[in-house]
This record gives sequence, C-alpha cells and structure tokens, in this order.
Amino acid sequence: MKLITVAGPPSSGKTSVILRLADILRERGKTIGVVKFDCLTSFDRDRYTEYGIPVQVGFAGKFCPDHFFISNVEDAVRWGTEQGFDILITESAGLCNRCSPHIRGVLAICVIDNLSGVHTPRKIGPMLKFADIVVVTKGDIVSQAEREVFMFNIRQVNSSAKIVFINGITGQGAFMLGKHAESAPDTASLRGCKLRFTTPSSVCSYCTGETRIGEEYQMGMLRKMEFP
Amino acid sequence: MTEDLYEIIAGTTLGELLETHPVAADFFVNYNLQNLKDNLPLSEALDYADENTLIDFGLDKATVLDQLVRFLETVAEEKQTTAVEEITILGGQTKSGEAEEFTLSIKPGEIVSIVGPTGSGKSRLLADIECLAQRDTPTKRLILVNGKTLEDEERFAMDGRLVAQLSQNMNFVMDLSVEEFFEMHAKSRLHPDPVSVAAECFAAANELAGEKFTPDTKVTQLSGGQSRALMIADTACMSASPIVLIDEIENAGVDRRQAIRMLAKNEKIVLISTHDPLLALMAGKRLVIKNGGVHAVIETTPEERESLAKIEMLDNTLQSIRNRLRTGGRITPDTI
Repeated sequence: MKLITVAGPPSSGKTSVILRLADILRERGKTIGVVKFDCLTSFDRDRYTEYGIPVQVGFAGKFCPDHFFISNVEDAVRWGTEQGFDILITESAGLCNRCSPHIRGVLAICVIDNLSGVHTPRKIGPMLKFADIVVVTKGDIVSQAEREVFMFNIRQVNSSAKIVFINGITGQGAFMLGKHAESAPDTASLRGCKLRFTTPSSVCSYCTGETRIGEEYQMGMLRKMEFP
Repeated sequence: MTEDLYEIIAGTTLGELLETHPVAADFFVNYNLQNLKDNLPLSEALDYADENTLIDFGLDKATVLDQLVRFLETVAEEKQTTAVEEITILGGQTKSGEAEEFTLSIKPGEIVSIVGPTGSGKSRLLADIECLAQRDTPTKRLILVNGKTLEDEERFAMDGRLVAQLSQNMNFVMDLSVEEFFEMHAKSRLHPDPVSVAAECFAAANELAGEKFTPDTKVTQLSGGQSRALMIADTACMSASPIVLIDEIENAGVDRRQAIRMLAKNEKIVLISTHDPLLALMAGKRLVIKNGGVHAVIETTPEERESLAKIEMLDNTLQSIRNRLRTGGRITPDTI
C-alpha cells in the first residue's frame, strides 16, 4: 500500500484536493482510503462517505494535533492494509503551522491556498518546508502575477518540492498530482520510520491542565522572552 | 557544481552575496536571520546566529548554506524557460469515445480561439494543454512541444512554467500599489531591471483600461476592468510563459481586441476560449468543440475578416450606448 500524508492550514482545500486526486486514481482502477485527523469537529466524514471513499476520523480534542497524529498513524496504516487499499491518504490540519506529519520515506503533501496572501508560504514552518509536493489551490481567483510571486515565496522556503496548482472545484491540475501519487513509495508498516521534523515539544504544567497564570504555577519546560 | 557553489557561498560575505544575488535577502528574512554580520564569510557569520532560531526551523549552520545553495540554483533554473517554437495538439476521443480526428500546430504570435456551447469541453482542452497531456488524460489527447512527446520528468520540470492562465476572476489579495505590485512581480521573476519593466507594464495596462489609474493606486482599489487590464499587461510584458490560456475574457471593460494583440505581439502562443464573436474571429483559426471533442478546425476567411470590421462597428455602437448611459445621457433611436 502507498501511504500519502496531506497537511495544510484550515480551509486551504485539503479535502477537495484529496477528492480530486481520488477521481484521478479511481479512473486508474486504484482503491483509496482516507484517515482524517481533526481537532474538534469535522464534516469531512460525510464528504468522503458521499464520495464512496472509506474514511476513519479521529479528534485530537485538547491534545497537540501533531502528537495525536503520530500516536495513531501506525494503527491507521494497519487499518488501511487490512482493508486492502492501494493508497491510504492521511489528512491533518496544520493548526499552529508547525504540525508536520511528514514521515521519511512517505510521500508528503502540503496544501496551501492563494487567497491566504503572498507571504503565507513564509509563515508556514516545517509542514511546508519538509513537504515533497506543495499543492497550491484557489489560483483561479487571483491573478497570474500573484500566483507567480506565491510560487517564488514557496521556493524560498522549500527549494526542492514540486509545486502543483490545483483547482479544487474543477480538478484542473489534479492530474499531475495523480502522477506523483502513483510514484509514491510503498509502506507496509511505519515501525522504525522517522518523522521528518520533531513535533512541537513541551512538558509543562499547562500541558497537563493548569489554567492559572503566574510564575508559581509554571513548571517543566518553559521558554522565556527577553524584554528590554 | 553544487559543491563548488557551496564552497563559494560559504566563503562569501553576506554583503557581497546580496550584491550579486539580491534575491537572497528574502531568504535570510525567512529564517529570522536578518541580523547576520555582513562583513564575515557566511560560514563564520552563521557561527553567531542564534541556535534556537535555527532549531525552530529545523536547521543548523550547514543546512542553512545547503538550503541557500539549493534555492539559488532552483531560482536560476526556473529563470530559463524552455524555448517553445511550436506546440502541436493531436486528437484523442470525444465524450462518447469516438475518435477525435484533428492535428493542430501553433507557433508563437499565433492566436487560436476555442468556441462551443457551455459544457462542451472547452476547459478540458485548455486543461490538456496546461498539463501537456500525453494520451493519459480522459480526452486521450497528445500535446507535443517542439514536435516531441514528453517524459513524465520533463513534464514535471516544465510544469507551471510554460503556461500562464488568465481566468475570468481577477482579484488581488496583495495590498500594494500598482507600482509596487509590478516591481514585486519583476523581482520574483529576477528581472534585471524591475523598475523599467514595471513602468512598461504600467503604460500598457493604462492603454487597455477604460478608466485610467495612477502608479500609486492600490491594486485592491482597481475596478474589474482595470484589474483585468493590469493582468493582461503583466502577462504580456513580464510573464516568461510562452503559452497563454485565456478563459472568457469578454466581460468587464477592457479593450479586448487590443489586449489580444498585445499578447500576440509579444510572441506568445495564445489560446482563447470565448463566446465573443469579435474575439473568435480575431484569431487565425478557431476550434469548434462539440461533445468533448474538436469537431472542426476553421480558418478565418478573408470574408470573415471583412465582417470583423462590421462586428467591430456594432460593438462600438453598443459601447457608445454604454458610455452614454454611464455619463447620464439618454438613448434615442438616432443614437443607435
């Protein structure tokens, strides 16, 4: 089975891109499953189900979404293998723009949209920087010039990624993503595999539920700013 | 090659680097490294960089240099766009699977229009050209570049560089003045003289726009027609993409005949999907789409060109009625 990790800021068009990619892959006779890692709520289950794509949804709730992802992705792969999919896609939202569910040896896609502004690529951290493919959506509503500046800004952060423009509504561009997806490496299990970047780290009193503010309530790993 | 460049970059001071590669300035800002000492060789200057800042980005001294080299290389590569002397479209199949029998070669400076009812498959044809289809899209069409088929690797490499698209909607997200906008675009294209090409674009855009605007107008304040004029001028003067795909440009007040001429004059291959008789007939050839396939390739006859003058007159009449209404005038049977 081929595993593909898809990440991107909320509302960048991840689900639409995955559906358009599914169109292309299904045309080629491939079976697809999706695992959606979300935070609080998700309507995506319905969208995938309506589309006839088997889907599992998990909610991180108050946990760090990145940690939630990494502690469940192995089971996701097991599920996908048992179901006999050709391709399993994990979808996760990069909420702090650090969440980087990319794994070494697994095709990593980051979805960002043109409407978020030309400087956005610089504001997105490891999720963009460590992706193999950067999918840019909503290009039809901005000018060609803005698309080009946007692409240039992606290049500055990630010079080696392939950049693919996709219209999430019509599917234009999804074809090339399909080509990349088909050449993704096979994944039998993630045991022993490594993340491309460390998850956001901290073990402090606030991680474990502290809500009060003040030095005396702060324990564990902290990072202090320097004010003049 | 990369290793040599790596050595060179590592031994260069930031000051020197920015002089030879101004584009690198943004690269350092991206990693919060704007305060490096600019009189030390980079490999030494990075010793003073804040380690935590680097760690936040998953970097260390060596990877910063590595990334910088790769960035400079990619940017240099992207600058050289494949010279396209010709594209050829070979027929595939219609929606019902019948053979689509046609072959069409288009050279720079040529305009081809695409006509057909809504939903007939005009956008699919544009999509095939955009992804340089190799008999592997649903239409099974084949696009040759300079007479050659393309391997996947070549396609991936060309992807996003050959084709510029002008779509119906032209909104701006950037909050910049027209002048800044052009300069920013020129900079991202690594244009040697951003200021002069920006001025050239500005003049061209104003030529097309009904209502004139100034260089310090914010792009977000432009009207629909002005935005479109700006985009067309930008594509004509600045874009390196040799192929321009235009999807129904007719709405909004731009001088569309001049717009198309401007694009063609800059030696681009122009494909335009349209319902506008004026645009359809301005092209040397038009493709008629039916049931997902090219039904006919029609060359514009001299007779049609003559009628073009008449259609232009009709169009001008309509335009003058529009202007009259706009300026508070009344319409009488004599106006028409």
